[in-house]
Amino acid sequence: MTTRIFIPLDSFAVANGADELCDELTHLAARRGLDIEIVRNGSRGMAWLEPLVEVETHQGRIGYGPIEPGEMEALLDAGLMNGGAHAKCIGDPEEHPFMKGQTRLTFKRCGVTDPLSLDDYEAHGGLIGLKRAIEMGGAGVVDEVTESGLRGRGGAGFPTGIKWKTVREAAGERKYIVANADEGDSGTFADRMIMEGDPFCLIEGMAIAAVATGATKGYIYLRSEYPVAIRVMREAIRRATAAGVLGVSMMGSAQAFDIEVRVGAGAYVCGEETSLLDSLEGKRGQVRFKPPLPAIKGLFGRPTVINNVISLASTPEILAKGAKFYKDFGMGRSRGTIPLQIAGNVRHGGLFEVAFGLTLGEIVEGIAGGTDTGKPIRAVQVGGPLGAYFPRALFDTPFDYEAFAEKNGLIGHAGIVIFDEDVDMKKQARFAFEFCAIESCGKCTPCRIGAVRGLETMDKVIGGENVSGNLELVEDLCNTMQFGSLCALGGFTPYPVMSAIRHFPEDFEGTPMRVAAE
Amino acid sequence: MAPKAEFDSEDVAAIVEDLKGLEGPLLPILHAVQDRFGHVPDEAVRVIAHRLNLTRAEVYGVVSFYHDYHREPHGAHTLKVCRAEACQAAGGDAIADRIEKALGIKFGETTADGRVTLEAVYCLGLCATAPSAMLDDRLFGRLNAAKADRLTAEAQL
Ligand SMILES: Cc1cc2nc3c(=O)[nH]c(=O)nc-3n(C[C@H](O)[C@H](O)[C@H](O)COP(=O)(O)O)c2cc1C
Ligand code: SF4
Ligand code: FES
Repeated sequence: MTTRIFIPLDSFAVANGADELCDELTHLAARRGLDIEIVRNGSRGMAWLEPLVEVETHQGRIGYGPIEPGEMEALLDAGLMNGGAHAKCIGDPEEHPFMKGQTRLTFKRCGVTDPLSLDDYEAHGGLIGLKRAIEMGGAGVVDEVTESGLRGRGGAGFPTGIKWKTVREAAGERKYIVANADEGDSGTFADRMIMEGDPFCLIEGMAIAAVATGATKGYIYLRSEYPVAIRVMREAIRRATAAGVLGVSMMGSAQAFDIEVRVGAGAYVCGEETSLLDSLEGKRGQVRFKPPLPAIKGLFGRPTVINNVISLASTPEILAKGAKFYKDFGMGRSRGTIPLQIAGNVRHGGLFEVAFGLTLGEIVEGIAGGTDTGKPIRAVQVGGPLGAYFPRALFDTPFDYEAFAEKNGLIGHAGIVIFDEDVDMKKQARFAFEFCAIESCGKCTPCRIGAVRGLETMDKVIGGENVSGNLELVEDLCNTMQFGSLCALGGFTPYPVMSAIRHFPEDFEGTPMRVAAE
Repeated sequence: MAPKAEFDSEDVAAIVEDLKGLEGPLLPILHAVQDRFGHVPDEAVRVIAHRLNLTRAEVYGVVSFYHDYHREPHGAHTLKVCRAEACQAAGGDAIADRIEKALGIKFGETTADGRVTLEAVYCLGLCATAPSAMLDDRLFGRLNAAKADRLTAEAQL
């Protein structure tokens, strides 16, 4: 009987030797005459265990990780084929405490199935949501998604159902669904993982959005830094089209819908929705003034849904299980689950999907097990390069849109980057300005000039030059940027800067902190 | 990585003809041109502008906006090292310094022998196995001193 062995195609695994392991296994199997099939699955999200090699046995799946190139022979000798004992054996991956603590709705198949097998997808609950959507019709879908409480996972947290309703009601012959797969925030990889590990889920989510709005064309704007996701996503679209899920008659319905991947060109600002649309149109990726909203006048001036990958990929489960099922998870106005992405100096880093409401401390110290270096955690940046740095004193903040906003922070795309006590917060504040200066689209002065001035001023602070005067100048600049910028790149750069100064005043030369006192 | 083709404006014209039916074809065209020749030469800009009915200034504007496109040839290999926060937290700055020293160049530069161009990148989505880098299309995680040295050696091959 053929033994199935799983070696992820996910970038975490590939960057740490998974392709080499496949070559080793193929050679060894030929030499030993083993009857095996290698399945390139997605990642389960336990990144510290990647490459996580799994074998399917009579007792279920048994995992081993992290397996490094060169270790395959010893693993086979230890009895990999039958799930034999080995120092790196973790048993059934689904029983691992990191997995047991999760509520996997959006990522339920990721790491389990063959990402490019549509049969596998259907066997694990795929396409039920889309079929139900087609039966219900667009208005019903909009209601269901609105009722679920789903808010955009790209950062702004806008209710997805309301956005879809606006596009549905907008007049237009041709409408678009655009998946924002630009995922530029440091510390985030949920979009990448779902595109590599369960691409049909994004396709299904986009198709559901098409049913809701009457759109006939979808684009996935995928960043060029994700070569694996680009390849997997394109192949999945090809297969979905061949199977009739996409095409002139989407799932046998009267509606046409197809999807194309467009590759970005290395500009962080193109994650901003209007800049992304200009980029798709073949222009410089500059931010547009709003209104008009993209929902009314979006891509090529036509009504357009633009959603984050995870927002879209969450809808198949909502449609399959119903709005109430989804809405029952979470807290306050943050409903459902959120894929936390825990990164940086971390012991157990990776993706952890859970209902909103865990505290930051529970996440970074409990689930993630603290730092990789073993030193105490000092700062945690939440929400990417525009997110605030949180000190230990704020570890009781629950993971919820409003709770983070109240603490002058944001959850953004739910990236959580851990720093140990060796971090120098002056450098982090300086980097926030530097990043803004590099990535500014240049459309408005507070951002374009402010970021460069901020960088120069932080350099003076670091050099010990008139520290308190220059910190005052930094605060003034932050004020100007926060209130005078057209988009959140310039508008939110003050979050990491000011949080570093406020919460970690001791790093700023111990100057009497006017700003720290507030 | 496949060696880059000699510039040929006929090839550019063929790429444009092949892709110009797309909605918003300019970025896909520029990607295809750069994939083929390793950069976007001025002559290519002229051909693209002409065939898409755009001004040269418009096409230059787009080429210069995006970090990915460059008008001058790069090294035979491009090594992109992540400089963003999660990699910083995991000791990425020291790795980046080490790579600069090993190659004898700064970020944004190409080695004198034309083998390697070193670039900063801001996140490769590998932030839970940081620090990270990408050599041409290949990804590398959990960089430490030894791995970084192997990577720079490989880049110079
Ligand atoms: C500078 C900047 C970068 C952004 N980058 C992304 C991104 O990479 N992915 C994303 O989904 N949203 C990003 N956004 C947010 C988008 O503008 C937009 O809110 C989002 O795509 C809407 O989708 P959602 O409602 O599903 O979240 C960014 C915003 C700004 C200002
Ligand atoms: S804030 Fe910066 S990135 Fe945003 S529109 Fe203004 S210049 Fe462009
Ligand atoms: S921050 Fe370096 S890979 Fe994400």
